[in-house]
Amino acid sequence: MGRLVPHPLLSLALVGMWLLLTRFSPGHLLLGTAIALIAGRAMAALKPDRPRIRRWIPALRLGVVVPWDILRSNIAVARLILTNGRRGTRRSGFIRIPLELRDPTGLAILSMIITATPGTAWIEHDRKSGVLILHIFDLTDEAAQRDEILRRYATPLMEIFQ
Amino acid sequence: MNHLADIPLWIALPVAFLVVAGSSLALLGTIGLLRLRLFYDRLHAPTLGTSWGIGAIVLGSMLLFSWLDSRPVLHEALIGIFVIVTTPATYLLLGRAALHRDRAKGSANLPNAAAEGADPPKETAEDTVPD
Amino acid sequence: MSEILLTLALLYAQITLGLAACIACLCVLRGPRAQDRVLGLDSLYVIAMLLFLVTGMRSGSLFFFEAALVIGALGFVTTVAMAKFLLRGEVIE
Repeated sequence: MGRLVPHPLLSLALVGMWLLLTRFSPGHLLLGTAIALIAGRAMAALKPDRPRIRRWIPALRLGVVVPWDILRSNIAVARLILTNGRRGTRRSGFIRIPLELRDPTGLAILSMIITATPGTAWIEHDRKSGVLILHIFDLTDEAAQRDEILRRYATPLMEIFQ
Repeated sequence: MNHLADIPLWIALPVAFLVVAGSSLALLGTIGLLRLRLFYDRLHAPTLGTSWGIGAIVLGSMLLFSWLDSRPVLHEALIGIFVIVTTPATYLLLGRAALHRDRAKGSANLPNAAAEGADPPKETAEDTVPD
Repeated sequence: MSEILLTLALLYAQITLGLAACIACLCVLRGPRAQDRVLGLDSLYVIAMLLFLVTGMRSGSLFFFEAALVIGALGFVTTVAMAKFLLRGEVIE
């Protein structure tokens, strides 16, 4: 790998994408591979911070947990909108979460998870103090909801990237 | 509609269910957008459409076209991946923009958790100040 | 049997998404503030994308998929640019 293929995962994903967009044929495989290799070299010229996945098992587990959680909160938010917020008793609000997660890739993935989940919205993150401000659509128990986000997403992400 | 004629029921049922569920979620999202009063609440409503709304329709489309072409057609998954990767960026920026504008206005309806150091203003459930 | 089922489901989806697009337009027009309009426009893009996918399923053509992909890309760039404008007052710093 090393110098010829500086970003193997990125190049592999690009080949995959190229083959998905076109019908599979040896010619397209060749063209896609060439493009992916050039793109990998271009990416290396930009010198991005290289994300390192240290452990794969929590990553795979996260890949199952997250769609399931998003489905659950989809149903919950849809029901809240249909019942007009339990007839007006729903309360929303901001919560602050102190994060120990510092890795930029981990933070990016956490923001993706939180924003993709209906019911939680990522508002602001302070890089120096690590405090994250979220908006929760249905704020029932602040401490429990904070713990749940830390336990379900932030801790596995720390295991993966730090 | 002749291409839909020879699809077996065990493909048709999940496809129909996924399409109906996805479009209903998208509609619910916009209804929420219209009915919720606070901007920060409204920020949650369209995520219904951008999470499983898109997810369900993309899955249904993949199933249907895989059967029609009798090969696995996966390229719809690209739309799903694309939306999953891009929506957070837009909503995150929008949330920050709203917070920034509310802070700049010195603003009434920010609760203490978000006002950062400013004296705790009262939370009013009104977001109707026109710009 | 399955033809009727699928036709009905796709028709329902088209009507629902059309209605959703109308509501999103209404949100863009109504506001009240700039960020609400941007949010409405973004969901309009997403719904247009879904409508293209469903129409493609109904007509059995794969070309609608490409249109949907273009709409998705454009919608992303538009919303990011507008949100950035709201945040800083200018798009490119």
